[in-house]
Amino acid sequence: MNPKRVPVFCCLRAVVKKEFRQIARDARTLIFLIAMPGFLLLMFGFALNFDVKHVPLAVCDEDGSAASRAFMGNFTHTEYFDLKYELSDPREVDRLLGEEKVRVVLVVPRGFTADLAAGREPAVQVLVDGANASGASTAVGTIGTIVQNDAVRMTTRLLRDRGITGFGTPLASDVRVWYNPELRSAIFLVPGLMAFILMVILVITTAFSVVREKERGTMEQIMVSPLKPAELIIGKTVPYIFISLVSSHLVLLLGLVLFGVAIKGNYLLLLLTMTLFLVGGLGQGLLISTVTRTQQVAFQLAILSTFLPTFILSGFVFPVRNMPPVVQALTYLVPAKYFLVALRSIIIKGAGLGAFWDQLLCLAAFAAMMLGVSTLRMKKAGETGKIAKSGRGRGGRP
Amino acid sequence: MAGNSIEVRDLTRVYGKFMAVDHVTFDVSRGKIFGFLGANGAGKSTTIRMLCGLLGPTSGTATVAGFDIGREPDRVKERIGYMSQKFSLYEDLTVDENISFFGGIYGLSKERIREMMPWVLEMAGLRGRERSLTRELSVGWKQRLALGCAILHEPEIVFLDEPTGGVDPVSRRNFWELINRLSGRGVTVFVTTHYLDEAEYCNDIRLIHAGRLVAGGSPMEMKRTYIRNPILEVGCDRVVDAMEMLQKEDWVLETSIFGTYLHVSVGDETEGKAKVRSLLEANGIAVRRMDRIVPSLEDVFIQRIEQESTDRDSGGAA
Repeated sequence: MNPKRVPVFCCLRAVVKKEFRQIARDARTLIFLIAMPGFLLLMFGFALNFDVKHVPLAVCDEDGSAASRAFMGNFTHTEYFDLKYELSDPREVDRLLGEEKVRVVLVVPRGFTADLAAGREPAVQVLVDGANASGASTAVGTIGTIVQNDAVRMTTRLLRDRGITGFGTPLASDVRVWYNPELRSAIFLVPGLMAFILMVILVITTAFSVVREKERGTMEQIMVSPLKPAELIIGKTVPYIFISLVSSHLVLLLGLVLFGVAIKGNYLLLLLTMTLFLVGGLGQGLLISTVTRTQQVAFQLAILSTFLPTFILSGFVFPVRNMPPVVQALTYLVPAKYFLVALRSIIIKGAGLGAFWDQLLCLAAFAAMMLGVSTLRMKKAGETGKIAKSGRGRGGRP
Repeated sequence: MAGNSIEVRDLTRVYGKFMAVDHVTFDVSRGKIFGFLGANGAGKSTTIRMLCGLLGPTSGTATVAGFDIGREPDRVKERIGYMSQKFSLYEDLTVDENISFFGGIYGLSKERIREMMPWVLEMAGLRGRERSLTRELSVGWKQRLALGCAILHEPEIVFLDEPTGGVDPVSRRNFWELINRLSGRGVTVFVTTHYLDEAEYCNDIRLIHAGRLVAGGSPMEMKRTYIRNPILEVGCDRVVDAMEMLQKEDWVLETSIFGTYLHVSVGDETEGKAKVRSLLEANGIAVRRMDRIVPSLEDVFIQRIEQESTDRDSGGAA
């Protein structure tokens, strides 16, 4: 009478097969899992752009000389500024900045040429809209460099005019930017976006998977079977890892095509890193679903535990080392932080395992912890009837 | 021991201060249909959950298929089938996918599942509908499919927690035929219900009220043991008026209306019949017929539960 119990693998396969079938039949979840990351990358990728280029500029040339025009040409002939207005009256500056028609205004005062000729160091006024601090500081930096370069050029010419030649600047900086020579923010942001998007999407979908079974009563049916909690957890994880790897590749592809972010490092290392991160995210989702009873609560917990931490604490946008120590301590709980360090190393720097093995270790530890705790929770729920209790309030029968 | 599939001793479950199941003791013989009856919230589901290993007992012990539910829940789980009122199937899977899944989690091999598939489909009357999504099936079909999924692994004992809730009468009758067939093959069936007509199909019954067992035995035994006074079924005009008249008499123990008939409980059959007839006819109510009847289980339960409540109240006051 008693059935011969075949190896564990058989039960596990039944769960995996069932999950795949359910996901395949649920078009909404499938689209959410596969297409959403790509779509979000598109949205965020274009919206989150820290490059300061094509800043709208207004100039007010009170001097109106060849020298002042040449000076202003330094600004208008770069891609950093777009000349929008040429003002004749400096009083219009207020209105333009206030209405955000322009972000930077350049005022060349009357007597610019005369002062230059007399060697009196004429002052040029630059007004910057500081409402967006990060954009403004980059603009200020660019302006400073342009003015500085022009000043050096003028001095050199002046000296040459006076017959002094054969000198060099006493100190020259030779700056070379590695890994991202054009300093494009996309290269920095795409890996971060990938972590952020995958985390949010994954945790939400997996958080639903166990809770849904509780709500529909199928969990109870599984709990009376000899299926082990670990088999259930692993069986539920496998299909989602598979699908989320597909969507990760989609994100990588979009990053390459749309933002020119190429992978410099080893692909297998990248795959390993992504898998570890994804397993951790799935574990977190499953854990949420073992402690909640309704899909609503699971959704809220999933959003709360992924959205802000991944956005703020992972180093995605804000560098972790600039945070106060207490907040820095919190960042150790965010798996995306480790993932980002490793991901940027691989994609941007092409670094080898030696550079970030510790990050991978942390990711693996996080994944193991999440899956372990979920399994324990599931086991406990099975024995003390926490899950069964969720079905107790089904009164109101005829 | 050899004859019992389930042995329960002083099984108790407490939720906070609420005694859901209060020192319950009973045995279930192998191959029998065991009915566990009671109102909603009486402790039926809590008991069945403990026996299936879904819920730990607060105290007491139970063995199911020879294994202790507390110490060896996994052994128990391999040997039982469980089906609840919710017919917990995956609605987004097809009929055969559900069968494959439940076979799979009980560790049945692919070949075994393929062997069992036609049998389950036949039993559930779903032959030819293997590829239908479960959510498209009617309640009666879902119920039989759920039973099929619960007994795929050929368990020794099947627990059915209100299996006929919300099912139409024809499906209910078909379902009980299935239960009889199972029992005929030597499977022990443990079924909870609050349909008293279904209780008549059981070999053995326990009535649970407020967490305690208040009556037990076969349906016949219960009727004989708990109802000693004869019950007369009276066919007459103006049933309601007749009942009101009879209730005023001190020799009438109890009256109730059953359809168009009146049930009257009296101390003695012959004397009672004469008194009822003379009283009603004196008041101009024609008595068409009057017979002593075998009480229904409903008579038994109403009487037992009222008795139990009075006992408890007086016990509490003392």
